[in-house]
Amino acid sequence: MVLTLVGVSQGMLQESVRQKRGTGADILVRPAGSAIIGFSGDMPAKVVDVVREIPEVELATGTLVFPLGNIDSVTGVNLDEFGRMSGGFHFLEGGPFQQPNDLIIDEVVSKTKKLHVGDTYKNMLNRDWHICGVVESGKLARLFLPLPLLQDLGARMNQVTVIYVKLKDPAKTDDVVKTLHQRLEGYKIYSMEEFASLLSIDNIPMLKTFINVVVGLGIFVGFLVVFLSMYTAVLERTREIGILKALGASPAYILRILLAETALLAVIGSIVGIGFTYGTRGLMNTFVPTMTTVIVPEWWPIASAIAITGALIGAIYPGLKAAKQDAIEALAYD
Amino acid sequence: MIEIRNLHKTYRQGDVEVHALRGLDLSVAPGEFVSIVGPSGCGKSTLFNILGGLTPPTSGTVLIEGEDLTKKTDAERTNLRKKMVGFVFQKYNLLPTLSVADNIEIARHIAGDFGKPKDPSFEQALDMLGLRTRLDRKPKQLSGGEQQRVAIARAIVNRPAILLADEPTGNLDTENSELVLGLLKRLNETIGQTILMITHNPEAAAYGHRIVRMRDGRIAA
Repeated sequence: MVLTLVGVSQGMLQESVRQKRGTGADILVRPAGSAIIGFSGDMPAKVVDVVREIPEVELATGTLVFPLGNIDSVTGVNLDEFGRMSGGFHFLEGGPFQQPNDLIIDEVVSKTKKLHVGDTYKNMLNRDWHICGVVESGKLARLFLPLPLLQDLGARMNQVTVIYVKLKDPAKTDDVVKTLHQRLEGYKIYSMEEFASLLSIDNIPMLKTFINVVVGLGIFVGFLVVFLSMYTAVLERTREIGILKALGASPAYILRILLAETALLAVIGSIVGIGFTYGTRGLMNTFVPTMTTVIVPEWWPIASAIAITGALIGAIYPGLKAAKQDAIEALAYD
Repeated sequence: MIEIRNLHKTYRQGDVEVHALRGLDLSVAPGEFVSIVGPSGCGKSTLFNILGGLTPPTSGTVLIEGEDLTKKTDAERTNLRKKMVGFVFQKYNLLPTLSVADNIEIARHIAGDFGKPKDPSFEQALDMLGLRTRLDRKPKQLSGGEQQRVAIARAIVNRPAILLADEPTGNLDTENSELVLGLLKRLNETIGQTILMITHNPEAAAYGHRIVRMRDGRIAA
């Protein structure tokens, strides 16, 4: 459970970084007070012109992100500018916007919702859309509309959410970031490398809290399961424990073998749990491909430590109870 | 070897005191095979539990090879069970998940002798018990007689001073009973194992050198 949830969290973050890197931009400009994740909050579109005035800037384009509920969103984009910056979308089907109700989707949405060029994408922003193109995933977003249209529909005229900046010389990124900070006081300005490094579980307070809650629940549930299992196992083995005591086993010996057995089971359980994450990833990528799930080997020792510690704590009380059993009563147990 | 003097054991069952042993005296010489007989409730099992260190007496003296059980703590009595006493039970009491070899080895493991070479007399006893070809089997794959032979092997693997057998033939048919009793007698004769055996069966009791009768918590005759 822990590994799968961390895998989904990290997978979504990695996909977000991949999409932003896919733009070909060197710098991102966000409104003042905006969060690293979520892309909420707008800024005036004229900020794009301020950015373009800097001599080192080759291209700057603004995009508008409009949330659709859950984790989905649609992005307003200027296809010409974005094409020049990123090398353009790679269309797997169809092509650019032609009609006012045209929508471009990426291959993951196409596969998940079984939609292709010519099909209708129903009930987004209170209307149906004609799919004009399916593009390779990994660039910017999954759903695209023309920027002015989305600004109009979202009642956010002349507003943008993110400005992507491509430099003539990427080596000057740090200098341009400093210049932008001077000209756009209070705005969030990140180099792509900084953005990628900030987009991790540790840097997103809400996500970190969420993971901590999940880990806490994992420990609690694991503790209860092990506690009840061990309690039942000790009861079932009352007679065997009596036999060991008759052979001269001390309480410490009995506690030691019960804890050793628990630790062994927890290690095997951890290995099986790690194996299950591959199965979960396969299922998630098949049935919910929009929620990118990754394998997180760096969490394997953490999850294993949680499992083993929880199991040992859960086994201590039943183990002590077993160790203190009266040998004569235990031998008489049927 | 064993000197028991004025042994008393009183249990509490709720508000009622049960006097299981009431001043029992008994001496057993090294290498002796003693059969203890008596009606149910006469205190035979209580005597065995005290001799095996499973429960302390209320008063009296119990000396085994010079060591007084009545002065020992729980931990000291647990230590005593490792090497000084071997148990054979009516219900065999083998560990069902372990093989025959492991059921025997675990007694050595508990005694701290695991990995050390076995006593040559044990190897001789193992042949006598006819278990060489059964070492890899689990208890449920063995007959009652075979399981009891494994229990005997486990009881003597640490060369205990005394072997306590509590109705060792209680769950066996006549043929297997004779086999097990014959083996106990041979162990006594060949390796000099001191044996105390509880039984209700007069034919089984006759295998001992001496028959001790108990009644109402004392030796009757």
